[in-house]
Amino acid sequence: MRNLLNVLVIVLSAALGLVLIGVILESPSPARVRLPEEVLMQIGASGVTHPVTAVLLNFRGYDTLLEVMVLLLALLGVLAQMGKQKRENPPAGFYLTEPRMQVLLWLARVLVPLMVLVAGYLLWAGGHQPGGAFQAGAVLAAAGVLLNLSGLLPSWMEPAWNLRAGLVSGLLVFLLIAAAVMMTASPGLLLQYPPASAGMLILLVETGLTLSLGLILAGLFLFLSGDAIDDEADK
Amino acid sequence: MSSLILDLLLVIALLWSALRSLMTRDLFRAVVLFIVFGLLMALVWARLHAPDIALAEAAIGAGLTGALLLDTVGYLRKKQQESFP
Repeated sequence: MRNLLNVLVIVLSAALGLVLIGVILESPSPARVRLPEEVLMQIGASGVTHPVTAVLLNFRGYDTLLEVMVLLLALLGVLAQMGKQKRENPPAGFYLTEPRMQVLLWLARVLVPLMVLVAGYLLWAGGHQPGGAFQAGAVLAAAGVLLNLSGLLPSWMEPAWNLRAGLVSGLLVFLLIAAAVMMTASPGLLLQYPPASAGMLILLVETGLTLSLGLILAGLFLFLSGDAIDDEADK
Repeated sequence: MSSLILDLLLVIALLWSALRSLMTRDLFRAVVLFIVFGLLMALVWARLHAPDIALAEAAIGAGLTGALLLDTVGYLRKKQQESFP
């Protein structure tokens, strides 16, 4: 019975895959709307010179706003799950006395400041070349994970008010700028930046998003890793 | 010519790591292969002239997801040791 079910799933997935490939091959080439050219034609009004950033934060800013909300919701889901189990806060740096850990400690202490620098660079570079808030936030989060794994940063338990504020600050900045722009520059239109100040507004939004996304992505690891740390302590 | 060989090697390595990650029975090995897959995928995005996606794939797809999955494997192993000492 189980095998039959497996075969059925495999056959159906293969059929779906073939149909999708067929549809892609059959669909007429999109001759009328050429998005790359459209974007390049309008890029002067976007406030940035990198087309990907122009699309993500100006032309399709609404999508990015919702994406950040989805990430925040994912973290809220993790926090809601955590609330059920009570754990005490594990002390940081309890297994750092071992000689072999010195390499990891040293590496973390050298790498983390560099990672913060790289995150800042990626944030700034987003305006004119590949980079941006999501990548910068991910690098910040990776720095947090490295600190946690090397025992320099304890896992997070109940988030205090300052952590909560950091988690939502990016979304709040985004929403505030969206509301301010909607009320002053372009009434009734969401996220239609005036071209003169678009570059500065995008940089503001991206700075807030970098901080928040770094905390959110790091939180996904740091709120969950409490058990792993306990595990290390047992050895 | 050399770029074609590089692309072919990338495609083969990508498919191989994906298949092995799905087929292997050891969870830890599957996660490591998944991280390898993510890094190869980042290279493929770079070859497809999509450096933005390559950056995101390397940082989020391979790095953070890999760390989370490794954490989960450690948690599962601990649970297993508790139930079958």
